[in-house]
Amino acid sequence: MIDREQVLHVAQLARLELSEDELERMAHELSGVLDHIERIGELDLDEVAPTSHVVEVENALREDKPRPPLPREVALAAAPLVLQDGFAVPSPQA
Amino acid sequence: MSDPIALSAAEAASRVHAGALDPAELFDAYQSRAAADELNAFTWVAEEPPTATAAMAEGPLGGVPLAVKDLFCTRGVPSQAGSRILQGYEPPYTATAVERLEQAGAPLLGKTNQDEFAMGSSNENSGYGPVLNPWDRGRVPGGSSGGSAAAVAAGLAPWALGTDTGGSIRQPASLCGIVGLKPTYGAVSRYGMIAFASSLDQAGPLTRNVTDAALILGQMVGPRDRCDSTSLEFPESIELPTATRLDGAAIGVPEELSGEGIEDGVLRAFEETLHIAERLGATVKRCRLPHAPHALSAYYVLAPAEASSNLARYDGVRYGLREEAETLLEMYTRTRRDGFGAEVKRRIMLGTYALSSGYYEAYYGRAQRVRTKIVEDFRAAFEDFDLVACPTSPTVAFELGARTGDPLAMYMSDVLTVPMSLAGVPALSLPNGMSDGLPTGFQLAGPPFSENRLLDVAFALEQAIDFDAVPARA
Amino acid sequence: MSDGAATSPNDGLDGFEPVIGLEIHVQLSTATKMFCSCPLSFGEPPNTYTCPVCLGLPGSLPVVNARAIHFGLMIGLALECELAPRSSFHRKNYFYPDLPKGYQISQYDEPLCRGGRLGEVRIHRAHLEEDAAKLVHVGTSGRIHGSDVSVVDFNRGGTPLVEIVTEPDLHDPVRAREWLELLRTTLRQLGVSDVNMEEGSLRCDANVSIRLGGSVALGTKTELKNMNSFRFLERGIRAELARQAELLRAGEPVVQETLHFDPQTGKLSALRSKEEAHDYRYFPEPDLVPIQIDEDMVAAARAQLPELPAARVERYESEFGLTAASARHLAFRVELGAYFEAALAELARAGDGHGGVDAAPVQIDPAVAQQLANWISGELVRRLGEEDPADSRVAPAQLARLVALISQRAITAGAGRQVLDRMVQQGGDPEGIVETEGLGAIASGDEALAGVVAAAIEAHQGAAEKIKAGNAKAMGPIIGYVMRETKGRADGAEVSRLVRAQLGLEN
Ligand SMILES: [Mg+2]
Ligand SMILES: [Zn+2]
Repeated sequence: MIDREQVLHVAQLARLELSEDELERMAHELSGVLDHIERIGELDLDEVAPTSHVVEVENALREDKPRPPLPREVALAAAPLVLQDGFAVPSPQA
Repeated sequence: MSDPIALSAAEAASRVHAGALDPAELFDAYQSRAAADELNAFTWVAEEPPTATAAMAEGPLGGVPLAVKDLFCTRGVPSQAGSRILQGYEPPYTATAVERLEQAGAPLLGKTNQDEFAMGSSNENSGYGPVLNPWDRGRVPGGSSGGSAAAVAAGLAPWALGTDTGGSIRQPASLCGIVGLKPTYGAVSRYGMIAFASSLDQAGPLTRNVTDAALILGQMVGPRDRCDSTSLEFPESIELPTATRLDGAAIGVPEELSGEGIEDGVLRAFEETLHIAERLGATVKRCRLPHAPHALSAYYVLAPAEASSNLARYDGVRYGLREEAETLLEMYTRTRRDGFGAEVKRRIMLGTYALSSGYYEAYYGRAQRVRTKIVEDFRAAFEDFDLVACPTSPTVAFELGARTGDPLAMYMSDVLTVPMSLAGVPALSLPNGMSDGLPTGFQLAGPPFSENRLLDVAFALEQAIDFDAVPARA
Repeated sequence: MSDGAATSPNDGLDGFEPVIGLEIHVQLSTATKMFCSCPLSFGEPPNTYTCPVCLGLPGSLPVVNARAIHFGLMIGLALECELAPRSSFHRKNYFYPDLPKGYQISQYDEPLCRGGRLGEVRIHRAHLEEDAAKLVHVGTSGRIHGSDVSVVDFNRGGTPLVEIVTEPDLHDPVRAREWLELLRTTLRQLGVSDVNMEEGSLRCDANVSIRLGGSVALGTKTELKNMNSFRFLERGIRAELARQAELLRAGEPVVQETLHFDPQTGKLSALRSKEEAHDYRYFPEPDLVPIQIDEDMVAAARAQLPELPAARVERYESEFGLTAASARHLAFRVELGAYFEAALAELARAGDGHGGVDAAPVQIDPAVAQQLANWISGELVRRLGEEDPADSRVAPAQLARLVALISQRAITAGAGRQVLDRMVQQGGDPEGIVETEGLGAIASGDEALAGVVAAAIEAHQGAAEKIKAGNAKAMGPIIGYVMRETKGRADGAEVSRLVRAQLGLEN
């Protein structure tokens, strides 16, 4: 149902590195699950509206009032690498 | 004085209120048990009670300590959601649900083990090792709130907080022989709960009995949380249940959820409980939830899709694990390769695929429409019945490793709990017997905000069933 | 309205017609961010304005800022859009270090506003979303394998944005620039944004294609990213149009791509895309509930709409009789329009509008209004540049009285310019400056003036001969002499009358 190429493409979208072994296994396992899932294809759902929320609430809006932000040392506390008071990462353009 | 561990949470609270039990002593008794945990139920245990124990004792929860599933953010305390990618992560804030319970007088006893990001039905997907079932240490406690369920069942905690996305409170409660309640979606704030699938996740209690569940739930619901847009004000207060009879109660038994694929022992216990209900005055009739057979399929599209997005934030930039690499892309892919376990990767892949260009309508769109049909099915059933009933889990606790090689078989563990999750209705699992020396669970579900009714009916059944089996306490 | 410029902006396109659409991101000037209660940041030290929500910490949840919705509705009304009765948010999924959750919360199939118009340009849609954080390249660091390092500052992350997408209704780079200026003024009038391109609170991308003149089908378009000034927008589009025309002339196809314009070199380069695969996997944001726009919300937004530039242009033309160019100039610079109206009010109050003190409402003589407009957008702006005249030493009432002095011929225009110099530099009343500087107009019939004219003719005999021979243009040097001698206080018409009289010509 889903081949190795598709698995690679999806892994790239999801930013997951998969080993050659994992690729094969993933293709096999996902195919099995998708086979099961595709049974919903049998239902006639043309006239049915999609449900995103089961709660019937609207306009859960917030008043535009500022609250004190986190102290910087707290914001950065769990950062793997801090440089110049910011979260350091390998440059995207590199 | 009698052993405080033998008391239910509600009993302990009322003794503390009466001045007959020292809350610090109560905390110590549980703390030493939790610290000596042999089930791997805890990932962190408090060293001492919070300094405010005396003040807490005056709250409605009487200073009775609380075990909290790892995925609730607790300020300054490891909150890892069972994942290696969050190893050692200490959030700067506390989840609303935990905060409300602390304010109501329940000090934090410890954080409990779970399937990674709540993805699993056996607790074998934890990044911190599996939890063992206190009834049989060769078996799973269920999941994903397996640590919470095992801790309560083994008397390592008086009560615990769990979360339920497709059955993650009810199924481990069933497999561990305790009470588990998934409230109406939106009744308990999700703020500070590390997300699995946002439109399904709901926090709830795991307790030794129905009264304890009512007592703690009453402090979790209430006014809506302004930090959670999907949170709702609970329309009434939660009362401690008192019913002894079920006269006038109409209970529907969905055909689709009470036959095929269910173990004999589980079915037998279920039928017996239905007879008890009738004896107490309830009318029990077959009913239909025609789209329930498709619920699992819809669930395994919607939940992984939301999860694939919710878990995108674990990228090694701001917190958690990071694998250094020369390029940003490699930093991302290696961090996520090493930080996530196999099941989490599988669901991220499944969800990413279901949302990807060209597949959205066939998977996500269709699953959302199935969800509509399931909501309608429940609505129709509740026009004729007060509650619906079915077993919680098709099987009793299975052996460690029995389903790890077959994802689909593992997913089938949720087949009886997922429909209620999709419909957002409250559902409760009540221990109702034993099969092969292991507990079985009886599931009751009602319309949105029918928690009081659910608790009342469960209480009456609980008294009549008189389930008094307790796993050997270490 | 690019009033018959000498060279058309589309010269050199060989009859290809440019088709330009704009995508504008506007930072809203709310007090807090789009989905959390952090204050908006204006250059604070990095990572000092963050919270669990805008850092994307585990377990945090977004909540919509009510004022962002309100501002969105105001923009929708100002752009004559259809306001959605129901609006919702989606997640746009992609990985980038400036995007803390791995998705941007944006609007997709249910935007707040659809289908509007500003001037001659149709609006396709306007929707709300959150801004990304700031990613700064800091060079190499030994700490990450010696590779290039960037640093993320989340202060800006989560700032409310309105994205406005136009239809491809623009057909030359100058108009694109002018239209964006109109949009900026409109948004500034609304008070919903600082709309500053240099500071990034107004950002514009352009979709550019060309087609054979008269053809209906659209050519392949390219996207020009983030040109951070009005000038660069115009230059960037111009450069891209030239590039596309050259490709087509050479028989090569235009490739759909995203381009970056470098204002230093004038060159366009292809940008590497954020997500090579461009599969954003949009799905409804499960952490937010839909927004139901009710009549009260629309009424509240409508109640706060000021007069918008387009309406103001019309009013200046119909009510005060200003020329179209003048009306536009004043209306598109909000502060000039405000100054103009304050000055007009003073003219009316003083009864100097040639309408009489007791006439109510006072009719302003269109000629006076036009003169006032000219003095504001000409002489005053020449002296103040970009400065808001309300912040200058010249009060609107004082400028109004200065213009009144000129229109009543109490002083000449030349003297008026000298008075204005003084007012701008030192402040003060025009009447007082005229008095102390002795700049009052020389009255006609003044003996001294006749003497100065005689001296001027004496000094320019050649010019006098030419005038007598019928060459009126030769009058210049003689008038210039008189003006110098009288410090500009003499009335030009009176001087030329005296010259002709003294030369024995008929007036
Ligand atoms: Mg955008
Ligand atoms: Zn924030």
